[in-house]
Amino acid sequence: MIVAEQKPLEEIKSLIADYQNVLVVGCGTCVTVCFAGGEKEAGILASSLRMATKLDGNTKQVDHLVVQRQCEWEYIDPIKEQVDKADIVLSIGCGIGVQALVERFPDAIVVPGLNTTFLGLPTEQGIWEERCAACGECILGLTGGICPIARCAKQLLNGPCGGSQNGMCEINPDTPCAWQLIYDKLESQGRLELIMEIFPSKDWSNSRDGGPRKITREDLRLAAEETE
Amino acid sequence: MMNDRENAFHIVAYCCHYCAYAAADLAGVLRLRYPAEIKIVELPCTGRIDAREILLTLEHGADGVMIAGCLEGDCHFQDGNINARRRIERLKQTLSEIGMDPGRIEMYNLSSAQGNRFAEVATEMTERIIELGPSPFRTMVRIEDAVESNP
Ligand code: SF4
Ligand code: SF4
Repeated sequence: MIVAEQKPLEEIKSLIADYQNVLVVGCGTCVTVCFAGGEKEAGILASSLRMATKLDGNTKQVDHLVVQRQCEWEYIDPIKEQVDKADIVLSIGCGIGVQALVERFPDAIVVPGLNTTFLGLPTEQGIWEERCAACGECILGLTGGICPIARCAKQLLNGPCGGSQNGMCEINPDTPCAWQLIYDKLESQGRLELIMEIFPSKDWSNSRDGGPRKITREDLRLAAEETE
Repeated sequence: MMNDRENAFHIVAYCCHYCAYAAADLAGVLRLRYPAEIKIVELPCTGRIDAREILLTLEHGADGVMIAGCLEGDCHFQDGNINARRRIERLKQTLSEIGMDPGRIEMYNLSSAQGNRFAEVATEMTERIIELGPSPFRTMVRIEDAVESNP
């Protein structure tokens, strides 16, 4: 899932400072399950902003609503009326949700209430950890299912480096060394020969280095939408 | 001119059914006095408390909120009161960010046999809130209206 956390209230207040009617828009998917932008968080944020702006002597009207998925047109189209009425939309979806609102409602001023942080999972309730960097060319099949791109501080393809200490990474004694994890996993499965394989340099053009990425599936496109 | 009813402080006390509410009940049976500012709301467990609910209580003009659960280790639902404590700690940070004194909310733990302790913490909380003064949100919505609109 996409993992995010709320920006400090002070920063949010400055983003909405010049506008009177604020619409907080939450999202019912990833950011709901990481407790950053769901129904509950939207309610708390709206209430907090009403109280904070009143205390500052500049009471704002702050309403909130939540769409099931802020990154798909069909879910955001129904909120057009509320978006039109608001002076500013404070999205607490991930960065994709924010941009979906911007693209769908060209006149609306939309600002983010969250910092979208990583792709990861809740390893236990209340703790989320990064697992994938969406590199565009997955190598988990060679690394025992442990990602060195997302989990090694240096994104090494042929680790570990000299900073691996007692299974921990030199950047932080609480961060396991990804390559130690890979070694242990391959060893426990009797597949240690995989670690002897030298990775040639990775083709980063499939990742961010190749610019924004786009996937087209002709078989899924609707005839009516094929405008180009 | 404001009448006494509007002048009075309102402190909402969310009390768990098994301990704090029973303690408040016992305080009544024992004819112990505790301040009339305390308005009790019974909960099945303090683990049921939701930050949004407390925030709305304050936004609607309550001067303070106390959350009272079982002694730690004695929760009827095992650890609802510990979950509640963590949530209250976070909510206090939220209150600070809002610009409100985090002392307007407090969590207490007591057993069902501690009627006197209930009277004691109710008095302590009331004294604290009177010292902090009326909530800046009192004028937003009168508490009676808030109760009606948020049953
Ligand atoms: S190798 Fe790439 S796609 Fe696979 S988990 Fe790691 S970052 Fe994600
Ligand atoms: S110690 Fe391990 S995880 Fe840390 S940078 Fe080196 S190889 Fe990567």
